[in-house]
Amino acid sequence: MSGTVEREVGRPRLRKEDARLITGQTNWTDNISVNGLLHVAILRSPMAHSRLDRVDVSAALDRPGVVAAFSGADLAEGLGSLPCAWPVTEDIVLPDHPPIAVDEVRYAGDPVAVVVARDRYAAADALEAIEVDYTPLPPVLDLEAALAEGAPLVHSDKGTNRCYDWPLKTGEDFDSVRECAEVTLKRRYHQQRLIPNAMEPRAVVVTPLAASGEYTVYSATQIPHILRVMLSVVTGVPEHKLRVVAPDVGGGFGSKLQVYGEEAIALTLARRLGRPVKWTESRSEGYLATHHGRGMIQDVEIAANRDGKLLGLKVDLLADMGAYLMLVTPGIPILGAFMYPAIYKMDSYDFTCTGVFTTRTPTDAYRGAGRPEATYAIERIMDDLAAELDLDPVELRHRNWIGHEDFPYTSIAGLTYDSGNYEAATEKALALFGYDKLRAEQADRNERGDAVRLGIGVSTYTEMCGLAPSRVLRDLRYAAGGWEAATIRMLPTGKVEVVTGTSPHGQGHVTCWSQIAADVLGVPFEDVEVVHGDTMAAPQGMDTYGSRSLVVGGSAVHHAALKVVEKARKVAAHLLEASEHDLEFTDGVFSVKGSPDARKTIQEVAFETFSSHDLPDGMAPTINAEYLVDPDNFSYPHGTHLCAVEVDTETGRTRIRSYVCVDDVGRVVNPAIVEGQVHGGLAQGIAQALFEEAVYDEEGNLLSGTMADYLVPSAADLPDFVTDRTETPSSTNPLGVKGVGEAGTIASTPAAVNAVVDALRPLGVRDVRMPCTPERVWQTLREAAR
Amino acid sequence: MIPPAFDYTRPATVDEAVRALADAGDEGKVLAGGQSLLPLLRLRLAFPELVVDVGRIPGLRGVREVGDSLTIGALTTHHEVIRDPLVRRYAGLLAAATATVADPAVRHRGTLGGSLAHADPAGDLPAVMLALDGELVAVGPRGRRTIPAREFFVDYLQSALTADELLVEVRIPKADGWGFHYEKFQRVAQAWAIVGVAALVRRDNGHIAEARVGLTNMGSTPLRASAAEAALSGAGDPDAVARAAQEAAEGTRPAQDTSASPEYRAHLARVLTKRAVLTAAGMG
Repeated sequence: MSGTVEREVGRPRLRKEDARLITGQTNWTDNISVNGLLHVAILRSPMAHSRLDRVDVSAALDRPGVVAAFSGADLAEGLGSLPCAWPVTEDIVLPDHPPIAVDEVRYAGDPVAVVVARDRYAAADALEAIEVDYTPLPPVLDLEAALAEGAPLVHSDKGTNRCYDWPLKTGEDFDSVRECAEVTLKRRYHQQRLIPNAMEPRAVVVTPLAASGEYTVYSATQIPHILRVMLSVVTGVPEHKLRVVAPDVGGGFGSKLQVYGEEAIALTLARRLGRPVKWTESRSEGYLATHHGRGMIQDVEIAANRDGKLLGLKVDLLADMGAYLMLVTPGIPILGAFMYPAIYKMDSYDFTCTGVFTTRTPTDAYRGAGRPEATYAIERIMDDLAAELDLDPVELRHRNWIGHEDFPYTSIAGLTYDSGNYEAATEKALALFGYDKLRAEQADRNERGDAVRLGIGVSTYTEMCGLAPSRVLRDLRYAAGGWEAATIRMLPTGKVEVVTGTSPHGQGHVTCWSQIAADVLGVPFEDVEVVHGDTMAAPQGMDTYGSRSLVVGGSAVHHAALKVVEKARKVAAHLLEASEHDLEFTDGVFSVKGSPDARKTIQEVAFETFSSHDLPDGMAPTINAEYLVDPDNFSYPHGTHLCAVEVDTETGRTRIRSYVCVDDVGRVVNPAIVEGQVHGGLAQGIAQALFEEAVYDEEGNLLSGTMADYLVPSAADLPDFVTDRTETPSSTNPLGVKGVGEAGTIASTPAAVNAVVDALRPLGVRDVRMPCTPERVWQTLREAAR
Repeated sequence: MIPPAFDYTRPATVDEAVRALADAGDEGKVLAGGQSLLPLLRLRLAFPELVVDVGRIPGLRGVREVGDSLTIGALTTHHEVIRDPLVRRYAGLLAAATATVADPAVRHRGTLGGSLAHADPAGDLPAVMLALDGELVAVGPRGRRTIPAREFFVDYLQSALTADELLVEVRIPKADGWGFHYEKFQRVAQAWAIVGVAALVRRDNGHIAEARVGLTNMGSTPLRASAAEAALSGAGDPDAVARAAQEAAEGTRPAQDTSASPEYRAHLARVLTKRAVLTAAGMG
């Protein structure tokens, strides 16, 4: 493989996907149309919590174009509870979750009835004819109040709003560590609720083949394979009669890592009516009905010596589950549980998470899933500790982080970090940022009492990527495994099909998997196509989430390609009448050492094995290969992010002046794609810090119910990002890759908020709650001045 | 995001449009650029029985110079307003404020007349029209009438137009020689103003001879900050401007919503008035 052809891995290849995507030749689920297609509209609860006394759909049936209408009770038979695949404790409270409410609605947006009509307009209009009698019940909104004695209950049959308590205590006892510590700090941080906002709203189309009882489900999903299993369980349609296709999918950020009621409803309707059906959400409908992210109260306590040495960390979380447990709802804070100690050495760690039911849209995975929350808490309190000890925040981190010579390193939380070099990334970031110069300007402005203050925010991070080890997932009580599959098909004409179990929705797998396969097989990048997102064409896989695809799925492609070469070598040796061991393989050509004219290209070998006229005795036809990977550890990317903000103390507005990040995501397959992932991640993380929040009123209605009220920043609101990398290969996979999908989101939120607080600390401010809106900053300053 | 059913007509002349509106009684709605009406329809916040699309009526687009005024056709898009040389020369405040409206896609479709007739106090252009002392010309079954901007904005989303009247043009007295600035404060670039301040300043001998200050989103209609205007008269240095700007929220009744409290809006009105006037007066 050390030939003259440039290696594909490491090249900033333009994405194969883009020509089609940017010229509109796309196949979004909502673009799919078939003969006789019917359209589904869903009536949703306008109230957060209410008894359903009567749901009467009969008047809707009289509306023009309406084919059918059903209440929750009408569809209850044959439509089971939506699944939760991650019951994190043995005694977790697991409420029933009907796809359409039957006797009680538990969040504003909970489905109440459905209409099926000949077009979307008729379906939407007919919703207005459905009569519902509601008896309001008290909303449950505040996490602490929900746990109090006598609080109104989200699920009255369960007798409690407490979903679970999940503890993790490692190292020395925190109470004794606290007693000996020279300094302890206690802080409360709020992770506001966020709405994921994938560019493409959710949609589902189900086409039935009535005679054979087969169904094809097209869905804007991240998880066609998991969805197939789960839809079979929920609806009773046998799994082998179900095909799930994820066509072009326009973003997910975790929001499409879900088994949604609408998917089960559409399948059930197609089955009942024997007709194809489609449902597409509107943006404002999605704001209510697509799961939300974050939503936690974090009580954090840190113990240290006056020289800055960390001794221990205590974290008590209240995590908002929302009204129901969806696919991995309870597990999200647990993914973070192991990450609070972050890159630091300490002797004691004491973590507890309490899951709490509320009458709001269910929460679940959102870009980073648990890890941004953990990183936020530790990096915020590290900055506060630095201020308390009058140490530079970078210096405090330096005194505590794991040295590059210490890897592999088992953290206090029990994870074994594979590799890293925090010193190198930090040093590079500081240089790019001009740290010392900015500190000098900050001091100058503070001294002058400038109305516009400068703040510098530091955040380091590491995260666990590449979900992955199935045995670890078992120990965490996650229902599925974390393996991944790839198949490589060498076509008779020498072209290559890579079949992957990952399911891209914007990540560029087609490009990256082509690069990986091209290198191993010695074929041109252009000769590789990637097949994905269809349980019939790519039947095995665990799909795409948690920065796992390259680490696990990419490794599977790499291994499968090696397997192809291994068999091709045997065939080539046979054809060249040479010993396998005398063959070299360079740039796709097998040649006999010492006789360069005796050669066979891998394409020629592929054709020979297709015809199978002349194979070694006992060898099966084709050199196609399948490989399944189940790594024995996660991978741990890391990085150092630095953010400079200017805060206008008159208006409270924060403007990001510069942002520098140096990420170490291991080896890089495609630097352009990595940079894109980092940019998007930074935007999304900064959005949490400064802009976005799902706001509810006292009755539990979502006030930020459209994009006019829920403020997603655009390029105009963000600075030019300076992104760079260090490259410390992972030791847990053959590619040395670590995962990059969530990195930007994880580090940028604390970096930005640390910068805001750093700007205002001389004015007596210790914390600003997220999002740091201008008004909130202004109010915080007024309170500090009092 | 599916609008309720409505009838649609696309008149070819102003008279046809007025007739269609008159026939529809209170159930008609005028569609121009659609940037305000379509979201209302799609969110099912408006239920007109008839949508009267005036978008292709000839003669309602473009800018003309008429004596001491500019006459701007109601269908002139924001994009055209921003680029128009007459507007830039004689009504720079309008060009500057229009450039802050929403995003390029909206500015290419949205119209000046539409955004004024919509009478949203959070829209940028109503306050600008107040500051410019503009006039609005409407045609109805009883003929043509001219409405001063000060009388045009009646209440939240309510203008002085009757249901059968069509806004056809906007007149703006030339204000060359005046300094101007529109100070918009919003959370993200494409969002509505939390508060906006339109300032127009005539200077004489280094002092402010006359200041006009329009306020966006400080009540159910756009407002003039009359107390601040009076206090600004004669101001000759930044401190005097800052003192006068303290009056900017007098008589306002800003709303409480997800983006700001009334208290914060009042504070912003004062800060932004100071900044807008300083910039307009060349003192910033």
